[in-house]
Amino acid sequence: MTIAILILYFVVLLGIGAFAQKMFRGTGQDFYTASRTLGPFVLLMAIFGTHMTAFSILGASSEAYKRGVGVFSLMASSSAIVVPLLLLYVAPKVWALGRDFGFTTQAQYFRARFASDRLGLLLFLVLTLLLMPYLLVSVLGGGITLAKISGGALSPAAGGAILCAVVLTYVSIGGMRGTAWANTFQAVMFTSLGAVALFTIVGDWGGLAASFGALAAQKPELLGRQGVIAPAELATYTLIPLSAGMFPHLFMQWLAAEKPGHFRISGTFYPLCLVLVWLPSIALGALAHLDFPGLQGPAVAGVFLELIDRHFGELMVGLITAGVLAAVMSLDSQVLAASNMFTNDLVRHYGFHDRLSERQVVLLGRAFVIGIVAICWIASLFLKPTLFAIAVWSFTGFAGLLPSLIAALFWKRASAAGVAASTFTVLALLGYYLAGGASAERGLPGLGILPVTVVLAAASLVLMLVSLLTRPPEKAVLEKFFPR
Amino acid sequence: MGRRLPIFLLVAAFLLLRLDFWWADEARLVAGLPVSLLYHALYCLAAAAVVWLLGRVAWREPEERR
Repeated sequence: MTIAILILYFVVLLGIGAFAQKMFRGTGQDFYTASRTLGPFVLLMAIFGTHMTAFSILGASSEAYKRGVGVFSLMASSSAIVVPLLLLYVAPKVWALGRDFGFTTQAQYFRARFASDRLGLLLFLVLTLLLMPYLLVSVLGGGITLAKISGGALSPAAGGAILCAVVLTYVSIGGMRGTAWANTFQAVMFTSLGAVALFTIVGDWGGLAASFGALAAQKPELLGRQGVIAPAELATYTLIPLSAGMFPHLFMQWLAAEKPGHFRISGTFYPLCLVLVWLPSIALGALAHLDFPGLQGPAVAGVFLELIDRHFGELMVGLITAGVLAAVMSLDSQVLAASNMFTNDLVRHYGFHDRLSERQVVLLGRAFVIGIVAICWIASLFLKPTLFAIAVWSFTGFAGLLPSLIAALFWKRASAAGVAASTFTVLALLGYYLAGGASAERGLPGLGILPVTVVLAAASLVLMLVSLLTRPPEKAVLEKFFPR
Repeated sequence: MGRRLPIFLLVAAFLLLRLDFWWADEARLVAGLPVSLLYHALYCLAAAAVVWLLGRVAWREPEERR
């Protein structure tokens, strides 16, 4: 039954992709931005569905199993205000760039805004590099989920491969329109089923108060933050959701909005959707000690799925697991973004498309995306860090790039050299912390603050100093982007 | 600046309210949930209200460039 529901779920996704293809207008703009037609509900669900990944359900619940309910205060409540602020004040500016200049990627904008070809190439390479660990989270999460559902008949590697194949298929045929609709369907699924899972499972334990009361008797430290989450860590986690401002896939979705006013609606409802997803994940992750005490290592990653398996019949296991997969499959928007970046920032920009037919350009784009996903799939076979850790490193890198976008949008004096120096600073610091074995999601030894704090501060400082010390952008360029 | 300052202060104060250090070692349950978890869930609901307010009083459509 569970397998049948999942096959049905995959068929629905492929059907959405096929239906979206019927509305395809035959242009790159339409494929990558749906000709800016996303209404307020689809926009909200697409942004939310894309932002919630394996990290939000599998990663968050396993982290709550280890560190308690305080994990909610780290990611959920910081995202609840920071992401809507980006939607209110950055997304409409980005949307206007698409309307006024037809940009579909960040590199296109930076190349034009700073009149620098090399800066565009640098950004393409860095964004692709940072997108890969984020893709890896989805591949790993999908593999874990499908392996669990199949009762071990599928290995995590085979599960990850199936997930990648389904996503690549419907993204290739449906473009942004199909991906946004698929995200909407997925977001509705995992948002509604999380609450069902929470109330059913705690009902089996005698209710919410009885469940947490039992946990308090076993592991009281998981109900608070003392000794588990340092104050500096809580404070600096505020910076992690800034990464959303530089995600290539969210940038593309912002361009796809029908009107800038829709961002006000998305921003208002985003925190509410967040509670519906994160509260069940975190509460069930911590409470899982009641059924599965003493889990260690990789077993912790699948603790949410173990709970579902124990407390529900086959039909609900199938539905809820499809809901978990729905969150995991945010991979789709990332894949679409990678394809867009490769096709527009590299192939078209450097004129390769003159020597190729349109069909060959499309095939090349798909080959690139398959290559990127294949690299992530191979990496998933060898790398075994937690989903939470991989995601937070990726978020740290993207957050470090946000000062460049803010400066490009709001500060006329920002220069190409400043943005390049800031980008290299982010890369250097990430390399330094990774080589030193630092943890992205725990405070730095001695300081207690997350690495993102240092990365963001250094990136901002270098951007300002180098911009002020180097030649400002041409007047003509500024007049184009900052009309009086 | 006259209108921007109160809005900036509202956002800054709201960001600071997220740092509920006073409940760091509190394991007491309120409405069935650990008090800090309940506080942060309510904080998310309050965030929706703050964003709605900002969208009403401190937001405008981007101008067309050409």
